[in-house]
Amino acid sequence: MSSGLLYAATGCVIFALGLGGVMLLDHLLRRILAFNLMGSGAFLVLVGLAQRDGTPDPVPQAMVLTGIVVAVAATALALTLARRWHALTGRDEIGAAGKQRGPDD
Amino acid sequence: MTDTFFVPLVWLILLPLLWATLAFMRGPDRGGRLAIAGLAAQLALASVLAGDIAVHGPRNHVVGGWPEPLGIALVADGLSAVMLLLTQGVTLVLAIYARSYFKPGASPWFWPLAGFLVAGMNALFLSGDLFNLYVTLELVGLAAVGLVAAGGTAEQIAAALRYLLATLVGSGAYLFGVALLYGSYGTVSASLLGELVGNDAPLAVWLAGGLMLGGLLLKTALFPLHFWLPPAHGGAPAPVSALLSALVVKASFFLILRLWLGPFASLAPQIAWLPALLGASAILWGSWMAIKTDRLKMLVAYSTVAQIGYLFLIFPLLGSGKLALQAGVLHVVAHGLAKAAMFIAAGTLIKISGNERVLGVTGTADRLPVTVFAFALAGVSLMGLPPSGGFLAKWLLISTALAQGQVWIAGVAIGGGLLAAVYVFRVLRLAFRFSTAGDTIPPARPAAQLEWTAFALAAASIALGLFAMPVVSLLEGVAP
Amino acid sequence: MSINELLPLAVIASSLLPGLLIFTLPEGNIRLRTTLNLFGALAKLGLVGALLAGVAAGEDYGFRHTVLPGVELVFKADALALLFVSLSAILWLFTTLYAIGYLENAPHRSRFFGFFSLCVTATMGIAMAGNLFTFFVFYELLTLATFPLVVHRGTPQAIRGGTIYLAYTLLGGALLLAGIVWLNQLAGHSEFVQGGILARLASVHPATLQAAFVLLIAGVGVKAAIVPLHGWLPQAMVAPAPVSALLHAVAVVKAGAFGVVRIVYEIYGIEFAQSLGVLVPLAAIAAITILWGSLRALFQNDLKKRLAYSTVSQVSYIVLGVTLFGPIGTIGGLVHLVHQGIMKITLFFCAGNYAETLGIHKISEMDGAGRRMPLTTLAFTIAALGMMGAPLTAGAVSKAWLSDGAQAAGMAWAVWVLTASSLLNAAYFLPIIYRCWFRPAPASWPHEHILPAGRRETAWLLLLPPLFTAAATLAAGIFATAEFSPLGWAQLIAEREYLNVGK
Repeated sequence: MSSGLLYAATGCVIFALGLGGVMLLDHLLRRILAFNLMGSGAFLVLVGLAQRDGTPDPVPQAMVLTGIVVAVAATALALTLARRWHALTGRDEIGAAGKQRGPDD
Repeated sequence: MTDTFFVPLVWLILLPLLWATLAFMRGPDRGGRLAIAGLAAQLALASVLAGDIAVHGPRNHVVGGWPEPLGIALVADGLSAVMLLLTQGVTLVLAIYARSYFKPGASPWFWPLAGFLVAGMNALFLSGDLFNLYVTLELVGLAAVGLVAAGGTAEQIAAALRYLLATLVGSGAYLFGVALLYGSYGTVSASLLGELVGNDAPLAVWLAGGLMLGGLLLKTALFPLHFWLPPAHGGAPAPVSALLSALVVKASFFLILRLWLGPFASLAPQIAWLPALLGASAILWGSWMAIKTDRLKMLVAYSTVAQIGYLFLIFPLLGSGKLALQAGVLHVVAHGLAKAAMFIAAGTLIKISGNERVLGVTGTADRLPVTVFAFALAGVSLMGLPPSGGFLAKWLLISTALAQGQVWIAGVAIGGGLLAAVYVFRVLRLAFRFSTAGDTIPPARPAAQLEWTAFALAAASIALGLFAMPVVSLLEGVAP
Repeated sequence: MSINELLPLAVIASSLLPGLLIFTLPEGNIRLRTTLNLFGALAKLGLVGALLAGVAAGEDYGFRHTVLPGVELVFKADALALLFVSLSAILWLFTTLYAIGYLENAPHRSRFFGFFSLCVTATMGIAMAGNLFTFFVFYELLTLATFPLVVHRGTPQAIRGGTIYLAYTLLGGALLLAGIVWLNQLAGHSEFVQGGILARLASVHPATLQAAFVLLIAGVGVKAAIVPLHGWLPQAMVAPAPVSALLHAVAVVKAGAFGVVRIVYEIYGIEFAQSLGVLVPLAAIAAITILWGSLRALFQNDLKKRLAYSTVSQVSYIVLGVTLFGPIGTIGGLVHLVHQGIMKITLFFCAGNYAETLGIHKISEMDGAGRRMPLTTLAFTIAALGMMGAPLTAGAVSKAWLSDGAQAAGMAWAVWVLTASSLLNAAYFLPIIYRCWFRPAPASWPHEHILPAGRRETAWLLLLPPLFTAAATLAAGIFATAEFSPLGWAQLIAEREYLNVGK
């Protein structure tokens, strides 16, 4: 189990890094990558714990596969939107655009 | 034999997927009639299911016959039934509205996206294990982002990107929580976890709970995690805003309720004050911004931020008796109907007057009486004035708050109603203004569908105020 | 559904259904709109008559509908309800006729009459409410239905008046809701029962019940224009005259006063309220309102504003009557509910006539109006004399019973208040009457909209309603001792209330 715990701990760290990246970075591509890191972190935790009493546990592996598919779809959408944004404005970060408008719009 | 084929649970998910795909294959701007037919059938299915649950109790279905934990189990209880009915009903009316609202090319893929959204939401309401809920949550989120971006303007793209990143963080946190839970207990079934998680849960479970709750709060746009909502809901086309405010945010709230009452039931009461406090802040902040903003759809979007706050006031009160749950669910239904009505009424007003500002509403009471009346009726429910569903929700909330000695919650609920009155009547006062010569509203009336769909939804939220017993009796079997 | 359940619902429907239909009518369809209006009003009168006959014979009319577990919408057409119902039904008919005449060729008549009907529906609901929940539902519905009427003209002043009106009434509604839910918690329900429901709550601390009383009375007190919650009433004068007539004689202020009656008699019970010690402070506030309203009225030059402050003062006669412990005071308060309605509506009808016909809005413009509009001024004079408590008028009857009631309750100071108020009434009504009859008319009126045609001084629809209600003022005074007078009915109610008290 200790290797599983190692994987799980690494997964936590990667997840935290990814989370920080999405929230704190500016460049859209980097934020999308950071989101993927988050996903990978969660998957690592699942896979790391995917052994019960030494025998492989198929359920988390199934969950990770599903999760990867979902992450791919989400990334595809994010990239499309980022490309469209770049095409419309020439910028790579959304910055203050699309933020809540104050009373003096 | 018809029993194995005609399972409402499965068809409620399959049918929208079917017509969404067909709509996509037919090309851009196509699929409206398909959607309306499909939604009508789904509404019938949901009614049958609700009737069945009312008589026989919760229904289960294991998809494909493959047993858990590798298979997917669908579960429908009273709460699911209520949410399903709300979703199909509101979306059906919104579909009728959208068919008349969209000019060709304005939002070419609205119909497939809406179909996937509904499929995702139905699946969410019917799922019984936490991981499947993650998948449905993502489906709903991606479809919603797509709808926001579908108009294609830079502002909408930016709003969509912000929404997307927020929703991905939210579901990412949720997924991590699921992973931790699986690691601790070896199952993701909601019912099993409910029994396994006790007061002596390890730190990992607390962490999981916190992450899942935080992620879902972000998706439900509870203050202060609401930053993505006003631009997304305020900037999207009216039918999209209606879908988002009325239904999508309620899906993640439904999930929070499920987790609170299910797996985390023994841990939850200790932090119940936190959502309530945030909810109260949401009411104050959202109402304040709605009073101050000068764009009409932004006003309605901030109203959503405030109204979501009400939903979280119930958490400290869920411990004893059913009233708090009834209050929350009634509020979800009433707000769903009223907010959808308000958004599409606002959409019609903006479309006809050509003016996005709140001031553009001036003098519309005589030009667009049905629409203004619909807006007013929806406002009555939002303010929590009788007779309306919003009033009953407020009554239950105040009753249970006083009964449990949480007077501040009662005070917030009443105060929130007065604040809502300020921004609702801001609009109505202008509507009743005698419009002077030189107003730009053309004398032509909009299509009947635009006006009467808003009226129908608003009237439904008022009717709920008199006929709430069916909803309440559906909730009978739901915990606590 | 039995006839006993159907009848109260039919009374509600008789104004709700025509009202909803009227909303859909195009502006020009005058015939259909008028037909619907009158049909509704007459149908309602017929139904109310049937109810009156039944209740006098001792029948029970009621309807229940479960809205939530433990929360019911209850209609109960008892004697007290019918006092308010019959007043509203009769005066609605006259106000409808008046409004048809007043708003001839004005814009948005369908919208006006639609909301007008909704107002009356709400008033009927308030009157027949069998518990505080139902009362509150229709109370707030009244607020919502009157707002479009107050802002009907759509001018900035109208909007401003409507906004102030809303601010006060919604705030009052919030206080009332707090009180009602609290009371529901304490007592388990909030049904109106003769003799009150709280006396048996021995375990609850009196301070709690007193606090709830304050919340409830403050809540209804806004509509009843009790000082200091009366500020909306003069502001709402910006509405057209039929609206002011309806608001001040029939719907809004009476709903507030009626709420006070229900709360004191049928939630707290007069004996229990006495023992809680809440009656005397309420009487004091009523007295202050009576005097303050009359004082402010003295200094108003705008005719409708003067009548508004007069209303503030007069409605508190009802509140004062309620607080006077004993059947005589009760009868005085209840009968004044009817009498003040008839007299005030006459005054407002006349004010509307002056404005519509001659463009007169200020008292200083009323010189010689009596020569030009003798019948209107006659009606005005009769009603004004009634307000002063002159003999043979309805006002005299109320005043007599209220004074006797004060003596019987040992609150002799109230008699002084009533006397002072009568003197003030004289002080602000007599100059108007003097101006109208005895001053020469000016060379031209401010804006003569309607020219005289022979003996007819103004439109018939504007003239006949105030004449009828002025005649009613005299009839209520002269035939007060008849069996079916307002006084007789008030005595019936007091008999049934105090039967439980044993006094």
